[in-house]
Parts: sequence; C-alpha cells; structure tokens
Amino acid sequence: MTADMDARTRRVYLVLLLAPLFLLAFLYLYPLSRVLWLSVTVPTPGFGNFERLFTSSGIQNVIWTTLRICVFTTALALLIGYAVAYAALHLRGWRGELLLFFVLLSFWLSVLIRAFAWLTLLQSRGLINTWLMNVGIIDAPLTLIRNEFGVVLGMVHYMIPYAALPLYANMKGIDTRLVPAARGLGASPVQAFLKVYLPMSLPGLISAGILTFIFSLGFYVTPALLGGGKTIMISEYIAVQINETLNWGLGSMLATSLLLAIFALLAVLSFFVDLRKVFGVK
Amino acid sequence: MDLAPSKPFRITVFGAWLAILFLTLPFAVVFPVSLTPQRYLSLPDGELSLRHYQTLLQDPSWILSIRDSLIVATGSTLVAIVLGTMTALACWRISSRASELVRMAMLAPMIVPSIVHALGFYQIWAQLGLLDTYLGLILAHAMKGTPYVVISVSAALANVDLRLEQAARNLGATALQALWKVIIPAAKPGMAAGSVFAFALSWDELVVTLFLSSRGVYTLPRKIWDGIQDNINPAIAAVASLMIVLTVIAMVVRILLARRQARLAAVPTEP
Repeated sequence: MTADMDARTRRVYLVLLLAPLFLLAFLYLYPLSRVLWLSVTVPTPGFGNFERLFTSSGIQNVIWTTLRICVFTTALALLIGYAVAYAALHLRGWRGELLLFFVLLSFWLSVLIRAFAWLTLLQSRGLINTWLMNVGIIDAPLTLIRNEFGVVLGMVHYMIPYAALPLYANMKGIDTRLVPAARGLGASPVQAFLKVYLPMSLPGLISAGILTFIFSLGFYVTPALLGGGKTIMISEYIAVQINETLNWGLGSMLATSLLLAIFALLAVLSFFVDLRKVFGVK
Repeated sequence: MDLAPSKPFRITVFGAWLAILFLTLPFAVVFPVSLTPQRYLSLPDGELSLRHYQTLLQDPSWILSIRDSLIVATGSTLVAIVLGTMTALACWRISSRASELVRMAMLAPMIVPSIVHALGFYQIWAQLGLLDTYLGLILAHAMKGTPYVVISVSAALANVDLRLEQAARNLGATALQALWKVIIPAAKPGMAAGSVFAFALSWDELVVTLFLSSRGVYTLPRKIWDGIQDNINPAIAAVASLMIVLTVIAMVVRILLARRQARLAAVPTEP
C-alpha cells in the first residue's frame, strides 16, 4: 500500500526503514562478512581451509560429534516437547495452564544457571553420585558429565521449551473436532491420534524440529561446561582455534561452514512453511 | 471431549508432568545447595547457613559484575527498542517486497550462531577500539536484541488498521505527528514485550561477551562462567537462587497483569 502515501510520509518511513538497516549493515553484516572473508584469505588466499573439512580427521570427528548430539537432542526435545504441548493444550482448566507456566519458566531461566545446576547434580562428587554412594548402590562415582550423555541431557533440558512452545502454537490451530469424529467412526484413541491428529501437526513438528536442530548446532555454553573439554562441539572447537591457537583461518572456515549449513537448513524449512510465520513476523 | 479420559491420553499427561519435573528439579536443587554451611557444593547436613549470600553482599566483585550487567543490558535494550521499533513501523506502513527483505535481514542475528558473530564482532571491534568497553558490548548485544523487538512490535501492529494513520492525517496531523501520537502508542505493548526479551537476552549473554570483554567490563554471566571454571562454589548457587526467584516473580507479575488487563478489557488473552 505505497500508492496512497504522499512524498513527505514516504520520506518519514523511508528514514525509519533505512536508518536501522544502515546500522545493521555496518555493525552486524560487515563484521559477519569479515568472518567469511577471512575463511578464504587467511593464512593464504584460496579454499585451503575448506579442504581440511575433507582431510582432517580431527575436524571430521568434531563435526560428527556435533551432528550426533544435535540429532539426539532434537529427537528427544521434540518427543518430550510434543507430549508437554499436547497435554498443556488438552488438559482442562488450571492444570494445562500450570504445565505451560513451568515450560515458560524454564524458557526464561539462564543457560548458565542450568549448566551450573546440572554440574551440581552430575559431577563425580555431585549430589547424585554422593547420594548413590551413601545409599550403597554404587562404590565408585558414575561418569555423568564430560561425555555425550551429560551434554545431551543439558541440551535437551534447554531445548524442550523451544520445541514445546511452537508446537503448542501450532496445535492450537488444529481443528480438534476431527478426532472425536474419527473416534465416532470406530477408530481407537491411538488410531485417531496417529491417522488424524499427528498428520495435522506434522508441519509444526517439522518446523519445530528444524529450528531445534539449528539452535542446537551453534550451542556453546552447555557443551563447554557439561562436556568438560572432552566432548567438544563445533562452537567450542572454533573458540579454541581463536583463543588458544590463534588459528583464524581454520576458525573462520568452520564458522562459515556452520553458517552455510544453517542457511541450507532454513532453505529446506522454507519448503514446508512460510519462514516469516516461523519467526513470527506474519 | 471423549478424548480426555482415554488411557493413552492419561499416559501422555503423566509423561508431560515427568518432563516438567525434569525441567524444574535441577533448579530446585540449587536452593538447598546455596544454604550449605560448607565451602564446597553440598546439601546442608542439618544446619543451614546464609554465609554464601553474605559473600555476595561483601565481595565487591559480585556487586560490580551485577552493575556491569545492568549497564550493558539497559543500554543495549534501549538501542534495540529504537532500531527494532523503527524497522517494524516502516515495514508495517510500507509493506513492499523490499521492506520484507529488510525485515528478514534484521532477523539475521537471531539465526546466526553466537560463535559466528562473536568472531566478526571481535575483528571489527578491535579495529574500532571498542574491545572491552561498555559501548562495544552494548552495541553487540543490541544487534542480538533487535530482532526480538522487530518481532514483537510487528505482532502488535499486525492488528492496527493502516487507515488509522490516514484518519489522523485527514484530521490535520503531519506525518510525524500521526506517527508519534497515533501509531507509536499502538505499538507500545509490542515495544514493552520486545524490551523484556532484549533485556533478558543481554543479561544472560555469554559467548559474545567472552570475546569482546576481559577485565574492563565484567558482566554477571562472565563472573559466573569464570566461577564455574576456576572454583565452583556455593556462592554461585546463591546467585543462581536469587536469579531463579526474580524470574519467577517477574513471570507471576506478568501473568497477574495480563489477567487484570483481560478482566478490564473483557476479552480473552493468551495465558
């Protein structure tokens, strides 16, 4: 609806549009492009850094670890998030609201505090090991952190609200009258769910899944603390390249690859849903 | 609905409550640990002590890091509100393909992993002399917070009729007056919601902070991070307990306000 605007109004709104864009370009896109630039110019111009994706087994290890952890995290967060969203929506009265309250609470709580809480519980002299040894179930402490188990646990804990909240929003739009209709036609509760409800919630499930996976890929704090330097995901690996070995070529190449992977996933996502809807601007 | 009493549904509900236990129990454990009389992480054994809360009050480094976090979070929230609201207003009014593209570009910091833009900020901030300064951290956090303001202001404006602006103009307002007196008031709830997001994001931000600051600006997440790495002690549990309590209070206040508003307006709102 630009036709009905006079020149003055147009000018006002163009300034409103272009001023933030200019700042974003200078303070965000320019720094970002610098990372991309470094990946093909440091230490020597060319794609030498990217070749290491195919030749270095250390890097491939980190990538596989990252992918494995993200797949487990996404699958578990979706499963649990789906159950929570479903229950929150279909429970009558205060129970559903209470469920949602706890999900939102968890959503707002700090990522560092989560990791700290898990460390308190899972360390070798943490509460769980101390308790198990006092009761006499185990003699030596279990290794619950500094491995993939600890990282996945912490990440699932973080990602459940990120899966549950979009799923909840999506399920709200589903016409639930179809389920009793299926039941009336003789379907068992499980059949009605699998054949009617689940297919209708599939677009929401796919977009929540891809978003959860994208967020998981870039995780830094949780894997760094619960992986304890043993289980290393790509973000922490990049940080080590920059902070400890000052290897900007390798670090920026991995950052660029991570970014490209995420944009590729978003492109896939855009086949299933309108991206503007996913990010809440439509 | 005859879906409710079925056995699979009851199992799902049971699973959902188990999930809630999983989500909340780790946080609940932090409280007793913060009251331990010991110097190491442990559950209090009979005796309770407030010594770790005392540490927070007496050790100036905790107070200073809270101050730094407040400065950075407030500054970056203000910048994010201005940038985000401008973008959302312009996209709402102009509504063309080009403005859609601008809006998607403004959302980029939400999608790009922190480590990736942390490297970029580090490079450019080093050139500009912004490393380890309040301004440097405020600008970087503001970039991360702006998308959330764009989203919530866009949501608030989604139901505002474009003709409202026209009506104001026909009644003699200039374009700026219409913007200031008619449209921005309509955007205010979105600005408020977006600022909560931007503030919380900056308050909790660690990855970019780790790259951009060292000792000059030392935020609370940075202090907690260093505490966990070097010497994990119950003072962190005390800080964590306070932050959890503040979050719960903020949420309850928000819900009560929403209820009151809903009662006043007599239209249902989201829980």
